[in-house]
Amino acid sequence: MARYDRAITVFSPDGHLFQVEYALEAVRKGNAAVGVRGTDNVVLGVEKKSTAKLQDSRSVRKIVNLDNHIALACAGLKADARVLINRARVECQSHRLTVEDPVTVEYITRYIAGLQQKYTQSGGVRPFGLSTLIVGFDPYTGTPSLYQTDPSGTFSAWKANATGRNSNSIREFLEKNYKEVSGQETIKLAIRALLEVVESGGKNIEVAVMTKEEGLRQLEEAEIDAIVAEIEAEKAAAEAAKKAPPKET
Amino acid sequence: MKLDTSGLESFSTLTAPGDDVAGEFSAPPSFQLPNSNDFDGFVKEAIQMVKPAKGTTTLAFIFKHGVIVAADSRASMGGYISSQSVKKIIEINPYMLGTMAGGAADCQFWHRNLGIKCRLHELANKRRISVTGASKLLANILYSYRGMGLSVGTMIAGWDETGPGLYYVDSEGGRLKGNRFSVGSGSPYAYGVLDSGYRYDLSVEEAVELGRRAIYHATFRDGASGGVVSVYHVGPEGWKKWTGDDVGDLHYQYFPVVPSTVEQEMAEATGA
Repeated sequence: MARYDRAITVFSPDGHLFQVEYALEAVRKGNAAVGVRGTDNVVLGVEKKSTAKLQDSRSVRKIVNLDNHIALACAGLKADARVLINRARVECQSHRLTVEDPVTVEYITRYIAGLQQKYTQSGGVRPFGLSTLIVGFDPYTGTPSLYQTDPSGTFSAWKANATGRNSNSIREFLEKNYKEVSGQETIKLAIRALLEVVESGGKNIEVAVMTKEEGLRQLEEAEIDAIVAEIEAEKAAAEAAKKAPPKET
Repeated sequence: MKLDTSGLESFSTLTAPGDDVAGEFSAPPSFQLPNSNDFDGFVKEAIQMVKPAKGTTTLAFIFKHGVIVAADSRASMGGYISSQSVKKIIEINPYMLGTMAGGAADCQFWHRNLGIKCRLHELANKRRISVTGASKLLANILYSYRGMGLSVGTMIAGWDETGPGLYYVDSEGGRLKGNRFSVGSGSPYAYGVLDSGYRYDLSVEEAVELGRRAIYHATFRDGASGGVVSVYHVGPEGWKKWTGDDVGDLHYQYFPVVPSTVEQEMAEATGA
């Protein structure tokens, strides 16, 4: 097996591209990221390792804009992310220049996935070690979308998804609790999902909401803390209701 | 901009238009300069050959119910009428039309190339390309060939999600959005009739008649325009060809001959 995992362009006898699979491992070690699609907005949430005291937290934004109506969060190698994001931003503008129209979410996802795939089929390069969650609004129909790409270059649309550390637990939670909601409820659902694997507190979560009118809005720490407090209160109430059956019968 | 030579793969090409300019130009798949001592003079001569060949009249205008596209059908090479039955309105796809003015080969080839690109866009993006996008694709290609002798003065007309669209694109790389355009040597005459008869809320029949009349008047006065008037209408369902009338017949339709009495004739002759 060791002979088939050096070069990216070599298949193993049982049909694996080991470098791509190792890239997926790198993703699994990255920060958790979650995306939830609502009826009128899409929410991205990312686990944030607590910033060092001397570090300027504003320079480590994990959720970025690709265009006015498209945003991206990722899990994995952040340096690779920077390169991919820059190429995607250029492509968004290039598309506006050649056809005088903003990109659709599907188009830019296809572009990013295509880029990731190219690096699995070239000599002398390694794959990008990240999976992305891409959210946005279709400029024509106004519907929100959430897409995910991975190092192999595949992509698909999701109602809600997670990637990075402990993404399986988050996805399980989402499968059990997902409902098509809107507005504040979508934000709450995303944060609840993230809290399954992250210590609670605004310091450890970065959340951003994309709406059709306002574009991308990063939530302030205080706002996140308030919502977290709400969620904790609801959880506590649910626990209490379970333990003490209602006496009003 | 990178040269888009993808469409030229299987063709042998000449660098300059004008078939009857003497020369043994080898035609490999890439652009080669012709073997002449005075290249600048040669290029100037080639351009002069093409200039009178924008002998045509085409027009298009947007109105309430869509876009009307009309054109004549005469092709001329200098003073020689080479054809009276040229199709100058090119069907790019079922909801977009292009008009031909300038070099016939250039217009036909690049419109077909544009049709290919539009179809590929549809397949990749699961939605039709907008008229804006299609005209921009063509304009970008023509701009990359700027100064190399292409002669294209075309209008892209179509109906997309934002409604009717009309763009004028030429081989200088220009691209204009507008409501009324006329291109070709007969365009001043067509503009006269078009501009004075235009109203936004024409019915489809009235608009077709206006287009037909404008082209007829241009063919009447301009020697390089003639043949048959074709009028197309582009609506929300796509384009539809409405008329294809010979301008000779139209002339006698608009100005029927009134027989005059013999006395009158003789009086006119002596008075002259």
